[in-house]
Amino acid sequence: MKRSTRIRLWVIAGLVGGLEVLCRTEVIGRFTMIPPSEMILGLVRIVRQGDMNADIVATLGNVAVALVSAIVVGFLVGALLFVLPRVRRVIDPLLATYYAIPIFVFYPLLIVLLGLNRFPQIAIGFMLAVVAMIVNTLNGFDRVPQSLLKTARVYRMGRVRTTFLVILPCAMLYIFTGLKLAVAYSFIGVIAAEFILSGEGLGYEISFAYNNFENATMYPLIVLVIGLSALINMVLYAWEKKYLQRQTER
Amino acid sequence: MSTVQAKTTPHAVVTGVTRVFPGAGGRAPVHALGPVDLVLARGEFVSVVGPSGCGKSTLLEILAGLQPPSQGTLVFEDRPVCGQVPDGVGVVFQENAAFPWLTVRENIAFGLRRAGVDGAEVARRVEHALGLMGLADFARSYPAQLSGGMRQRVCIARTLVMQPRLVLLDEPFGALDQQTRLLMGDELLRLWRETGATVLLITHALDEAALLSDRVAVMSARPGRFLDMVETGWPADRDSRLVEDPRLGAISARLWSRLREESLKAMSTGEAAR
Ligand SMILES: Nc1ncnc2c1ncn2[C@@H]1O[C@H](COP(=O)(O)OP(=O)(O)OP(=O)(O)O)[C@@H](O)[C@H]1O
Ligand SMILES: [Mg+2]
Repeated sequence: MKRSTRIRLWVIAGLVGGLEVLCRTEVIGRFTMIPPSEMILGLVRIVRQGDMNADIVATLGNVAVALVSAIVVGFLVGALLFVLPRVRRVIDPLLATYYAIPIFVFYPLLIVLLGLNRFPQIAIGFMLAVVAMIVNTLNGFDRVPQSLLKTARVYRMGRVRTTFLVILPCAMLYIFTGLKLAVAYSFIGVIAAEFILSGEGLGYEISFAYNNFENATMYPLIVLVIGLSALINMVLYAWEKKYLQRQTER
Repeated sequence: MSTVQAKTTPHAVVTGVTRVFPGAGGRAPVHALGPVDLVLARGEFVSVVGPSGCGKSTLLEILAGLQPPSQGTLVFEDRPVCGQVPDGVGVVFQENAAFPWLTVRENIAFGLRRAGVDGAEVARRVEHALGLMGLADFARSYPAQLSGGMRQRVCIARTLVMQPRLVLLDEPFGALDQQTRLLMGDELLRLWRETGATVLLITHALDEAALLSDRVAVMSARPGRFLDMVETGWPADRDSRLVEDPRLGAISARLWSRLREESLKAMSTGEAAR
């Protein structure tokens, strides 16, 4: 383990330990926060009893749908804009300013349009994630060096082979950045939308517990959400390290 | 403009080639090259030297069929070249062009696989090239993990494994130190002798051109034309030990006397600063 990693783990352990002490000594009251150890035990209980399983499945399902559609649509739109530079010139400023808009203002509108069901939440997750994917796909294609394309021509490769064997692998590094952002954004979008208005899902359960002062449920659920996103990020990070980093490291 | 006559069978013939880049976005068109005429004889080693920005890379890309000439014609092995890189031509580019997502070995094998060469033969040729280029210990490394000079060797290796009949090299040793340059030059000469390929080498090192080539073409400042064609008269089995030969100095001196004024011209138009 690297020194910096070890120090980081100690810092986190220290913070959690400190919190534990503060909660146990009632410096932080039980109505504000329960001790971290109880959060973990609560989480174990929730998972054992399985009363939140439907919510976990609903949230993960919504995130998955939002994410996959954002990746597919974002990639296709990015590729399309790349081959249609005139359209791109028109769209570019919109993409650049997109994240200045708080997408959540459209949530009521989406509920009106789609009904009070899972689709508005999926739509919010999708809308947050898709542009990161478009922008990074475009960036990836832009960064394919001319010299690699010329090399493909020297090897007398056709358009299809050049696309699949040169352009895509080369752009992958940047497209993957879009993918990581899309994962984070779709998570944020779906869970936040569940928070605002919904009948199920982890976001809904957290907000429900909060409204009923059920700290024994709320904190374990927060830990669960953090744990899930950390897990997914670790998988992506490991994959990136294994396959992509070696292309750029010096 | 100087017309150059080949000694033996013509392999690649450039006739009246010019290249003008159309001015994009209101800028004036750039007359980058020509008109130039050049005949590369089969099995000949020709170098091109010229001031920065005079159109050397442009000439090479036109020869490779990667760019169309604005005027003039190009014939390779008795067939006109248009719009496609002809079979049998290998190119080493000025910029690093190794595929960053492939290992050194995969990079070298890439072209052979695309050409449908069978697996055993690919493996045999790749191993040979790895050894030849001193890359054997780095076969599983990725280009980003190599020095600039080694990356360029990967590009040379992957060009040579294709066994091209015409090899075009655009300042391939630019990233190497002087000692490695000399050794790589020897390696190139050896390969040239073994394969009988025709070689066109673009370089900015006058002594390198003088040492390696049968003939050295001197180009003017942009738009590049041939000012002079210097025959070196070296035997085919030459190598870097020629550095001791007083004739080498004489040839380099002649190249420089031709180039001095042109380089000054290029400097004053700001080409060299780019
Ligand atoms: N795609 C292009 N569009 C417009 N001008 C170009 C283009 N490619 C090259 N040029 C111009 O043509 C001229 C010749 O370029 P080229 O790259 O062939 O020079 P070079 O002799 O290889 O230079 P160097 O020694 O720096 O490699 C330069 O002035 C360059 O700016
Ligand atoms: Mg050049």
